[in-house]
Amino acid sequence: MSIYQGFFIFAFILLALGVILVVVNNLLALRRPYKEKLIAYECGLDPSGDTRIPFRIRFYLIGLLFLVFDVEIVFLYPWAIVFDHLGLFGFIEIFVFMIMLLVAYIYAWSEGALTWE
Amino acid sequence: MIEQLLNLLNIEIVKVILAAVIMVAVTLLHVAYLTYAERKIIARMQQRLGPNRVGPRGLLQPFADMLKLIFKEDVIPKAVDKPTFWVAPFISLVCAGAGVALIPIWKNFVLSNINVGLLFILALSGLGSYGILLAGWSSNSRYALLGGLREGAQVISYEIAMSLALLSVVLMAGSFNLGDIVNAQLNSPFKIYLIPQIIGFFVFMISAVAECNRTPFDLPEAEQELVAGYFTEYSGMRFALFYLAEYAGMIVMSALAVTCFLGGWAGPFDIPYIPFFWFFLKFYFILFCYIWIRATLPRYRYDQVMGLGWKILIPLGLANVFLTAIFKLIF
Repeated sequence: MSIYQGFFIFAFILLALGVILVVVNNLLALRRPYKEKLIAYECGLDPSGDTRIPFRIRFYLIGLLFLVFDVEIVFLYPWAIVFDHLGLFGFIEIFVFMIMLLVAYIYAWSEGALTWE
Repeated sequence: MIEQLLNLLNIEIVKVILAAVIMVAVTLLHVAYLTYAERKIIARMQQRLGPNRVGPRGLLQPFADMLKLIFKEDVIPKAVDKPTFWVAPFISLVCAGAGVALIPIWKNFVLSNINVGLLFILALSGLGSYGILLAGWSSNSRYALLGGLREGAQVISYEIAMSLALLSVVLMAGSFNLGDIVNAQLNSPFKIYLIPQIIGFFVFMISAVAECNRTPFDLPEAEQELVAGYFTEYSGMRFALFYLAEYAGMIVMSALAVTCFLGGWAGPFDIPYIPFFWFFLKFYFILFCYIWIRATLPRYRYDQVMGLGWKILIPLGLANVFLTAIFKLIF
């Protein structure tokens, strides 16, 4: 028996419960839609223009930075596990890696990528 | 208690299913009474009474809320992108709540004793942002879109700080398995990781509050400017599922804090007949801190939120990993 079994059963029960609740809600609740009710909420006024608007490039930039740092952390996690076996060698290796990353981090900071103005 | 109950049944799979059902029920009960506790505690802190009409001292309030939500109309606006709009609350709920299955509540009781438990919880909290982004995008409403974007950026920023804080725990324990982490803590000189990992603990707690969109960082659902953020267009039970997901996320994060920093199920002495006593004591204390923070601190500005994550917590987390490695090398 797989050890993941318990987790997936738990997740499935949670999902099933969510679905059941929504279905029950749809069965019990009244449904009286009309035109005004079905438009997007914008403080009671009719929505103006298209909602698929361009948004700030900065959100994308944060996503890119996240990717860099998350890959770094993914690389650090296995190192943390075998740290006892690697000892000083592993420490120095990671030290060099982190210094390079730190340079990139300071560069990103000085370029203003981390400042949200 | 549950252990004895389970010993009556011999078939493995039935055991697991039964345990899972009990865990789901317990989790949902916690979510329900967490909302009640939050309202009650904040009310007391603001010298109000809080809910006190439904049942003795308002104790049945969560069930009244649930019933009300079940009878609410499930409005689906015309402009929404239907498939994504339908699926988003479920993604949110499962990703936020499923982490409970991995937490070792007691040394003999963990639903799913996975070797990469910690990584799994981090992955789940990362996946949870999909539910929010999809909800924000598919609603086709300005408030929802802005809320979803903010939430996405905030969650991924604080995810890094949180992973770094947990990395030093992994470094000290030498394992991803949450049960092994607790055992490693009990064998360490201080018994809990709170003392050697005090920086890590604070980085983790701040990121956990930000990950759950709790008050100082609740920009994605800032009522005054974004109505309800990414779930503005949701109503009825779908809205409740997002609400459930938020509180389930709080529960998972608190349980993770207890497991990784506060020594899990262990206590100074054993309490007879109540094996889960110490775990729940610490767990409720952390949850109380969440509510306490909400009642105390005003909301940050968005640039401050991002600045705190990227410019303070990440360097602090990295420095902490480094210090931990040096100390582990020396001692």
